[in-house]
Amino acid sequence: MSGQRVRAVVRKEIREFRRNHFVIGTMALLPLIFLITPLLTIFKVPESASGPQVRAAVGTISLLMLIIPVVLPPVIAAYSVVGEREQGTLEPVLTTPVRASELLVGKAAAAFLPSVGLAYAIYLVVLTSVRFGAAHVVVDVVWHTPQVLAQLLFTPLLALWSIWVGIGISTRVSDVRVAQQLATLAGLPLLGFTSLISFQIIKPSVPLAVGLALALLAVDVVAGRVVSRLFDPERLVTGRR
Amino acid sequence: MRSQRWFQRRRVGLGWRPASWQGWLITLLTVGALISVLALLRGSSARVPIAIVVFAAYAMVALASGGARPAEVTPAATEPSDGDEGLGGADQRKALRTLGSRSPEGTGLVVEHLTKRFGERMAVDDLSFRVAPGEVFGFLGPNGAGKTTTVRMLATLISPTSGSAVVAGVQLVPENGLEIRQQIAVMPENPGLYLRLTVAENLEYFAGLYGITDPKERILQALEAVNLAGRADDLCGNLSKGLRQRVGLARTLLNDPAIVFLDEPTSGLDPVASREVHELIDGLRDRGVTVFLTTHRLEEAERLCDRVAILNTSLRTVGRPSELRDRLFAKALVVRTAAPLSDPDRVFAVPGVESWRTDDTARYVLSVSDARSAAPQVTRALVAAGADLLSLAEDRHSLEDVYLELVDQDDEAHR
Repeated sequence: MSGQRVRAVVRKEIREFRRNHFVIGTMALLPLIFLITPLLTIFKVPESASGPQVRAAVGTISLLMLIIPVVLPPVIAAYSVVGEREQGTLEPVLTTPVRASELLVGKAAAAFLPSVGLAYAIYLVVLTSVRFGAAHVVVDVVWHTPQVLAQLLFTPLLALWSIWVGIGISTRVSDVRVAQQLATLAGLPLLGFTSLISFQIIKPSVPLAVGLALALLAVDVVAGRVVSRLFDPERLVTGRR
Repeated sequence: MRSQRWFQRRRVGLGWRPASWQGWLITLLTVGALISVLALLRGSSARVPIAIVVFAAYAMVALASGGARPAEVTPAATEPSDGDEGLGGADQRKALRTLGSRSPEGTGLVVEHLTKRFGERMAVDDLSFRVAPGEVFGFLGPNGAGKTTTVRMLATLISPTSGSAVVAGVQLVPENGLEIRQQIAVMPENPGLYLRLTVAENLEYFAGLYGITDPKERILQALEAVNLAGRADDLCGNLSKGLRQRVGLARTLLNDPAIVFLDEPTSGLDPVASREVHELIDGLRDRGVTVFLTTHRLEEAERLCDRVAILNTSLRTVGRPSELRDRLFAKALVVRTAAPLSDPDRVFAVPGVESWRTDDTARYVLSVSDARSAAPQVTRALVAAGADLLSLAEDRHSLEDVYLELVDQDDEAHR
């Protein structure tokens, strides 16, 4: 795999996002909503709140934090292949000596970096706000090490899953909007599973967080391979095989 | 066959609806997974907020993405914009030379029995031809004749059903795809530019894909070759169609290709812009680049191409335009006189004239074995007969006549 080609793809993708009003709008608006909602929820929790009340509030925050890496990357990733097909740029690219893997990794990296960066930045803002503004009972739960670890580990892994699914769908459909909607939808079942930890239905612990992260990583690797196989230049160029 | 669509977008409301059984399956599985999660949460106070958050998140993205546009494409201006300079034949050839010249050794094309079938439909049938290194080769044929499919096969985008080819000295097999693509450049009919990127950014991306180590210098040279160095920082979306075509041509120069495939490079261009593209193709020929030109414009093929092939799923003919004319049409002289000749049989009884015919308007068409040797003798015979000669000319058939003759033959055969 050529690093130069992957870097070329990443640089081009990021330049395109920066000039795409829809991508910029979505990337700016959605995290803002996901930031305001949990803060309002968390600051309402009184010091006298019961354990279940605190867990529900914190669970909502954690879940919202995990929704960000699930819903943001598909906005970019789902456009990556079908968007190029629509604007007629895919064929010239495929006539260059770029490998499918280099193209896909470049596109995935270009979606991964801003999404995960944004998700971490918002989580950091939430953590800091909770630390200085929320009731002590809330701080204790939010700043619980396994909880933070799970959040930090799951964020990039969920984003990667979302990206691979987005790109995979993008190679098979013929409309950008369908790809974006399906990719978002595909991330939700996995999110449902991780929310069991967010709401402490399954008690979070360091081994559990690491174990689940490893399982997610395995899922991501498999997803990457599947997407690589789905990427069929002949089908993409001619629309048939 | 058409591409699979699992979902269709609703005209009104949220997002999409299933369009096939796969779409329904995905929908059912997703709904099932969500219900399962909610069932697991039964008894938990988190159930309601989770359900609300999940569905709200989906609805938000569905609404947002439903309003998405594929790309904000500025329609190509039909009029040249400010600073839309012509290529300038001499300057442009000089600029092309700065890109270096190629040794024409072993850089041509050899195609043998190449066939492509899409399901039941035969797209290209048993195609065989050779293109010499440094040759400009025209590839003509009606819509759906298989021209683009052939180019895509040779560019390793699609695999042939059978047959073989050697592209720029490399055998056309899947494992050689990268090596072949390193040696060729393809410009499809739609130049395929990223409209939100500038001209230089577009070329920089492709230079990166070609693994060019010093892209800036190369990009500048390529832009100078198409006389666009002054427009490097313009967004491609703001360029006229002619300028976009030129950017596409500059892209084909980046990797110093042995073979350039040009698919309808002058489609939609005005005559001035077309002439500029022709000059660029001449410049490529001067550099020893093999040019594979797909076109509908027969006068363009006649003007530019050393040889042409006419395709209609299978190869109908291949050769120099003059050879094709000779092959299809008998050589003839057309004689016009002021008044009908009194005894044409006697006048045209000269060596080299095989037969004659007239349409009774003092216009005679003479079948000859060699027009150049027969013409002086016919002239002398007419003068000797006291005829008032208005004109005498070789009956020239254009490449268009050849093309139409062959396509008509195919149409009649299919009836």
